[in-house]
Order: sequence, then structure tokens, then C-alpha cells
Amino acid sequence: MSIPAMILLLLFNYFPMAGIIIAFKDFNLSNGIFASPWMHPIYENFRFFFTSDNWLSVTRNTILLNLMFIFVGTVVNVGIAILFNEIRSTWFKRTAQSLTLLPYFISWIVVGVFAYNFLSYEHGMLSELLVKFGFDKIDWYSNPNAWPFIILIIFIWKGVGYNSIIYLATLTGIDHTLYESARIDGATKMQQIWFITIPLLRPTIIVLTLLAIGHIMNSDFGMFYSLVGDSAQLYSTVDVIDTFVFRSLKGSGDMGMAAAASFYQSVLAFVLVYVSNRVARKYESDSTLF
Amino acid sequence: MNTRRSTVPAGEIILYAFMAIVSLLCIIPFIIILSSSMTRETDILMHGYNIFPKNFDFNAYRFLFQRMDVVLTGYKVTSLVTIIGTVASLIISAMIAYPISLRRLKYRRFISGYVLLTLLFNGGMVPWYIINVKYLHLHNNLWALILPSLVNGFNIFLMRNYFSSIPEEMHESAKIDGASEVRTLLSIILPLSVPVFASVGLFIGLAYWNDWWLGLMLIDKTDLQPLQLMLRTIVSNVDYLANSSVLSTGTDQMVPRESVKMAATIVTIGPIIFLYPFLQRYFVKGLMMGAVKG
Repeated sequence: MSIPAMILLLLFNYFPMAGIIIAFKDFNLSNGIFASPWMHPIYENFRFFFTSDNWLSVTRNTILLNLMFIFVGTVVNVGIAILFNEIRSTWFKRTAQSLTLLPYFISWIVVGVFAYNFLSYEHGMLSELLVKFGFDKIDWYSNPNAWPFIILIIFIWKGVGYNSIIYLATLTGIDHTLYESARIDGATKMQQIWFITIPLLRPTIIVLTLLAIGHIMNSDFGMFYSLVGDSAQLYSTVDVIDTFVFRSLKGSGDMGMAAAASFYQSVLAFVLVYVSNRVARKYESDSTLF
Repeated sequence: MNTRRSTVPAGEIILYAFMAIVSLLCIIPFIIILSSSMTRETDILMHGYNIFPKNFDFNAYRFLFQRMDVVLTGYKVTSLVTIIGTVASLIISAMIAYPISLRRLKYRRFISGYVLLTLLFNGGMVPWYIINVKYLHLHNNLWALILPSLVNGFNIFLMRNYFSSIPEEMHESAKIDGASEVRTLLSIILPLSVPVFASVGLFIGLAYWNDWWLGLMLIDKTDLQPLQLMLRTIVSNVDYLANSSVLSTGTDQMVPRESVKMAATIVTIGPIIFLYPFLQRYFVKGLMMGAVKG
């Protein structure tokens, strides 16, 4: 009964794992992965990748951007979840939840169109607003320093509904008598949140953060690709390993470089996923992978 | 009246107002797209995008529907892929998730490990691409949009967790009543598992509908492009749409470029928005079901 799924996993997961040796080969399409000759010396593709300017900047961007997304994202998501938890009107709560979850349901391509609407130099909403209030328009698409923050905002916008629901699931499980006794002891709302809600959320926060850190290397290709696209001026701050591998593979067709970068990414990703799950298991064994 | 007012503290009002603003911020982009798609092109060019249309005008939709063939191709490809993919994926995932949920099964640890390893390690984009294109010949055909994402370890584990939450006594009492293994599955387990099928099916269906990664990697032909990539083609190059149709005669008609992009976006997300109230319920249930695994 398990055979079909196992075959599919073999084809689309295990074969590529074996194919990772391509990073050490002088690949050409007619020979395929296994018959292509080995590189001379064997690490030649890596020498090429590591001596290029790219590897440092894409690694730095991948790590820094994702850390920023994870930490700011967590603060916002937990905050919104706590606020949702304080709302007593079911009608209001349900409506607000529906509205905040909506962005999660659309693809990054559509989000890319939204972003363009706001930021485009000629007709963008933001340009209009700036002009209306007497400022100069800003050409966002040639302004790389703004993009980490632009992507951060969009990242939060798309995920806040989804993530706050996950935290809310933990919050609804909190025993209400805790709050009652706190109220009797004269605790204010703020004190209740600070001394009851947040400590009880802590395990969930830690585990989700660790798991997110584990996935840093597999950063969201869709997000970066559809927001940044081919705007080469922005690469210095928002080009990540994924988009770099993709361009080397499909754009410039530089197979050796692509394979080396892809190998580097897989290995780092594995280490991160493994370590983060190991650490997370200490806090809560239910939600880790192993 | 006075007593009532004093029972509503200021904090409460700020809370509700703040959450209302947050909710509004989340849907304003949708409203802008909708209104721009119905705005006269010259208004956009002169005043930019806006929340409310200055002058209603449906030229963009008219233009889009005259070139229905282009949009329909994307719709056809994506609908087909979504339906086949979701059904097949649910069946195949359940077929592996059910056995590994049974504590009495011999090889369940091995099979679980086999699935788990795919979540921990992946070969990366380059080998994956070459395997697909060169060895599996998944290039420029419909299967390329379905097969590679048919099975996913997370969905398997989500289903397994649900199956194993069904009490063992259920299986035993069925056995005592003389039900075979297959009979137990079909008439006891499956009816109990409708919620997990609904939620996981929704996750899978949404992923197929919104997918463009497979199309980007494995499809070069425009007549096999999924809807999302069709949108991208239209947005980055409205002329493509203008030239692709037999209706177009070249220069005699002004293309409402900006509003056509918006109309195409509305057409792409339309089905999701339309089904959203229904989708959302099962989605949230699925999340609550313990999808905390990242």
C-alpha cells in the first residue's frame, strides 16, 4: 500500500540526493549526471564558486534577511495573537481573522503585482502619496537599501494571519482560572499578559523560532523571485542563495557554479535543520521532526 | 447610559480600533487591485492607483475577454493540475500514512524513517532539475506540473498523526465484530477521517492552484503555462496579450495596459476569493489539528 508514495519519494527526493555528486563533475547534458567525467581537480567547481564575489554576499543576505524576518515576524505574530485573544466579541474576532488570513491564500506572483502597484515609480500609490504631501517620488526599484525592509513588511503582511492562528491555538488552551485568580489578586490586564500569557507561550515561540531557523537556507524562493525578479540593481542586498542558484542554472547556464552553490546550500540546510530540531526537542518533543 | 459607558474601558476601544486597522491593511491591496481593474486607463495614468475608481470603466475586462483563449489556457491547465494532483496526492499520501499509523505493523519504523529523511535532507535545485528533465522526461508536459509535488512528507505525517489519534479500541472492536482489515479501513477509519482529508486536501489544492515553481522550472511552452505564470507573462508584457490574439489588428486599438494587468490579477485570484469563506473554515481547522510542525 505504501509503494506508490515510496516510489515517488525515491524519484523526486532520493534520486536528487544521489545526484548531488554533480557538484564534483564536469557536467554535460548528453552524458547525464553519472557518466559525466569528474572535475580536475575534484573541487574545481567549488573553487570557482568560493572565489567569486557572489558566495559571500548571497550567504550573508540569506542569513541576515531570514534572521530579521524570523525575529521581527515572531514579535508581530505573537503580539497580534495576544490581541486577538483579548477580543471578546466573536463576530469581530472572526471577521478580523478572516481578513488577516486572506493574504496567505494568494501566490507570491500575485503579491508581486500588489507590490508593484504600491512601489512603481510612475503610477504607484506610494509615489502618489509622496507627491500629494509635497515630497519627491522615490524610485524603489533602483534603491537596494530599502528592499530588506520592503520585503520584511510584505513577509509579515502575508504571514501574520496564518502565524497568529498557530499561536492563538496555544492561547485558547490556557486555563482561564489562572486569569481569574490573577484578577482577584489585583493584576492589571498588562500584568496578566506579561506574567501569564507570555510565559505560557514561550515553549511554542521557542520551538517555532528554532524550526524557522532550521529552514533559513531553504529561504522562500517564491518571495524573493517574484518581488525582486530581474531587477539586478537590487541584488546587492536581496539576492539569496536560492535565487542565485536559479539564475546560474536557468539564466546563465553556468552548470558548474550552480551545482557547487546548490551543494553548499543542501549541506548547510541539512546541518541547520538537524541541529535546530535537536535543540527544539529539548523544549517540546511533540512538534519536532524526530 | 452613563453606567454602560463607564463599563467600556478606553483600552478596549483602542484594542478594537487597532485590530480593525490591521485587518484593513491586510485587504486594502485587494481593494485597490479590484478598483484599478475597473478604472478608466487615463485616470490611472494621471492619478495613479486608487482605492475608489474615479470613473467606472470595464474596458480592461472587455480587452481581456476578447483574448479569452490566453486566459482560458491557463485556467484549463491549472484546473486540471489542481484536480488530478489533489485527488491523487490525497489517495497516495493516505495509503502510506495509514500503515505507518498502525502500531502493530512490522516495518512502520523503517517507512517512517524513509519519509522523514526526505524532510531533513534534499539534493538541491540543480540535481532535482536534471533528474526531472533528463531522466524522468518531465519537461513541457502536463505531468511535470503534477508528479514532482505529489508526495510531501509533511502531509504524510499530518495524516499519520490523525490516524494514530483514532483509538486502538476502534480497530479491535471492528475485528471482534468480524470485519476484515480492508472493511475496517473503509467503513470505520475513512468516515472518521473526513476532517483530515478536507484540511490536507485543502493545503494540497491551494498549493497546486498557486504553484508556478514547477511551471517556471519545467515548462517552456506557453500553451502549458499554469495560470500564475500566465499572470506573470501578462503583467510583465501586456503586448504579449495584444499580439497573441487573432482579434488584434495591431495599432488601431489602445491597450489599457495598467488596468488590464489588474483585471488579469482579479481573474487569477477570483476563484480563491470566491471560495474563501468555505476554504477558510477547513484551513483553520487543519491548522489547529496540529500543523505546528514547520
